[in-house]
Amino acid sequence: MFEANHYPEEVNVALSDFLLRMADTSLVLGHRLSEWCGHGPILEQDIAMSNLALDLIGQARNWYQLAATQLGQGQSEDDLAYLRDAGQYRNLLLVELPNGDFGQTVLRQFFFDAYHFHYLQALTESGDENVANIAVKSLKEATYHLKWSSEWVIRLGDGTEESHRRMENALRELWEFTGELTTPNASDQLLTIMGLTPDLNLIRPLWEQEVQVVLAESTLEIPNRSWMQKGGKNGVHTEHLGFLLAEMQFLQRAYPNCEW
Amino acid sequence: MDTQWPLWEVFIRSKQGLDHKHVGSLHAADAQMAMENARDVYTRRREGVSIWVVESKHIHASNPDEQESFFDPADDKAYRHPTFYQVPDSLTHI
Repeated sequence: MFEANHYPEEVNVALSDFLLRMADTSLVLGHRLSEWCGHGPILEQDIAMSNLALDLIGQARNWYQLAATQLGQGQSEDDLAYLRDAGQYRNLLLVELPNGDFGQTVLRQFFFDAYHFHYLQALTESGDENVANIAVKSLKEATYHLKWSSEWVIRLGDGTEESHRRMENALRELWEFTGELTTPNASDQLLTIMGLTPDLNLIRPLWEQEVQVVLAESTLEIPNRSWMQKGGKNGVHTEHLGFLLAEMQFLQRAYPNCEW
Repeated sequence: MDTQWPLWEVFIRSKQGLDHKHVGSLHAADAQMAMENARDVYTRRREGVSIWVVESKHIHASNPDEQESFFDPADDKAYRHPTFYQVPDSLTHI
């Protein structure tokens, strides 16, 4: 459990917005990965994806607990996860996209991991020690995730004719959702000035570098489209999130306060 | 065409253990994937600090049909155990 740090009102609002984004992003991606459980292409990767899911849901719990602490309205981590609607979710759009085939799941994971790894690394220097502590803890997991997803992107991209074609499809589907990863919103800008979160504009070249190296090795070409989707950080989502939440939140919605 | 990836045997050394113990097997396309699959399948509950993987085809096993000639001759040679010596009192930690 965390001790709340005290900030001026507008900083705390921005910080809570950031914390919910970190939590929602990890939870939604963890949920997506959990959808593979029992459906993986081979037993070993079925387990690997379940491991990734559990890591991310564990990270989400930490971020939710800290968010609840900073919000100070007596909510629990479960309230935040199960009782907010799509418009209140702050996750990045990329992670709410459907799994598609294994290649699409792997590429989505790689785009996310390349951002997550560098962002967490910079967050370990946060001026808020609670944020820094969660980042340190999550970074070990994110390091393995990035290794896992990079290698699969390379294997499939530089694999058979079919796997290469599927990766090209995945790239076309996902590319326009990558801009949001490293585009700061108003909360980010304020928190960066306050020294609480790193400047996402400095994370972008690190992300691009990572992506260029891995896609080159995968024999995949980076699309030369610059138009990017945005909205997740401010609660404007694709049509997919509502369906995901309907399934994930069903139990708490149908049987309020039920426990097992 | 055989679409199944090769089989690998997995050996794990636990934190307390000095030796790698055989824990099971898995499928993987190459050694790197075998290593990561072993990590994901066999070390989820903090079982190990070191992993070896060996492609199963490289393991040569004794033939069960030769069980008798291989192992029975050792049965009646108890003198091969070092239990017939007097250990001097001054020797400790043995």
